[in-house]
Amino acid sequence: MNSEKLTLPSPPRSGWQLPALVGLLALLWLLIWQQLQPLADWLTYSLIGLQPDTRLGESVNFFLYDVPKILLLLSGMIFLVTIVRSFFSPERTRAALGGRREGIGNVLAAGLGVLTPFCSCSAVPLFIGFVESGIPLGVTFSFLIATPVINEVALAMLFGLFGWQVAGLYLSTGLVIAIVGGIIIGRLRPERYVEDFVWQVQVGQQAGVTYKPTWDDRIREAGRSTKEIVGKVWPYVVIGIAIGAAIHGYVPEDFLAGIMGSDTWWSVPAAVLLGIPLYSNAAGVIPIVYALMEKGAALGTVLAFMMSVVALSLPEMLILKRVIKMRLIMIFIGIVALAIIFTGYLFNLVVG
Amino acid sequence: MLQIKVLGPGCANCKRLEQLTRQEVEKLGLAADIEKVTDYGQIMAYGVMSTPGLVINSQVVSYGRIPTNQEIVNWLNAAQSQAELP
Repeated sequence: MNSEKLTLPSPPRSGWQLPALVGLLALLWLLIWQQLQPLADWLTYSLIGLQPDTRLGESVNFFLYDVPKILLLLSGMIFLVTIVRSFFSPERTRAALGGRREGIGNVLAAGLGVLTPFCSCSAVPLFIGFVESGIPLGVTFSFLIATPVINEVALAMLFGLFGWQVAGLYLSTGLVIAIVGGIIIGRLRPERYVEDFVWQVQVGQQAGVTYKPTWDDRIREAGRSTKEIVGKVWPYVVIGIAIGAAIHGYVPEDFLAGIMGSDTWWSVPAAVLLGIPLYSNAAGVIPIVYALMEKGAALGTVLAFMMSVVALSLPEMLILKRVIKMRLIMIFIGIVALAIIFTGYLFNLVVG
Repeated sequence: MLQIKVLGPGCANCKRLEQLTRQEVEKLGLAADIEKVTDYGQIMAYGVMSTPGLVINSQVVSYGRIPTNQEIVNWLNAAQSQAELP
């Protein structure tokens, strides 16, 4: 190591221009938000000239209302989440989790899993870093479950289409699954399944730089990630809402009550299985599911399906194969899947 | 000669950081050896837990994010002027 430290130039202070721009955009956002329904009505019934109360009219109106609404919500949500996350880091999370007991540690890990900015390719270094600093494996798994289960894209879309109650249910059951899943894994003596080299990795001194972003940095980063994520998911949103709109207009009421209703016992596990190959496509799946729910699908089944779509993403789980044995990955997947199925039944029982 | 290492298993962010660094090194016309480090053990040896990380002359200057072009230029210049000291 070099004994002399690089003297790093200090960053410039934030000006007022960027925050002012954000304020202006927020105002514009609110303005459009309030005019969404009149705008969609005007477009459908005046500009295109369709009749209300016709199938085509209803479908087109659904589409023209929901596409801008969801895109607005997604942009706002991702921007806000990125700003909040800029106050957290994996390093700080590790420090906060160090020396915690099981239980309280799991709760904290699940919460921090939602708030810590984290890219799935960091999963392995993060795992090693957590293990090395003595954080119990069960607590580490609470973190690793919470990160994908609670997905900001899914949260924004649930909020936009189903309202805050369902979004809140999704958030809280996701946290419970992460906490309980981590505690169960912690009880299974998971140390057996950790690859030997992990225990031998020599972790260097914590890298010396502490990055203290200015508000300008946080805003720029939030703008960048909003552009990136919305740029990636918008086609799925549009296609999903188009399919949803067609279902909304053309599928008869209660059509699905028989197969996706709360009285059909096998619909929840079937929904979870179906969700696995659809990973990372929450953006396209949620509008379809919303339309299905209008036609008699049960809330628990729908929630289970969505959680399975976002949480059970095999490629991301298999990254962990570098550090844990296949056995533990299977246990990990199994526990999360069971927890989701359980959640689905619970909601069907309570709500349905 | 600057020794530059980009730490990361090969995700999109790591590739972007490597590309950015190469670009700025070239623009400044510096002599530098840029190496991509993908081995987890080596990455961890720098104490870096969140990728991508950037190491200039064995010092970690950034990790867990993609720095701006200006930041990279500043670090490169700082390292270069330090190397030129007698």
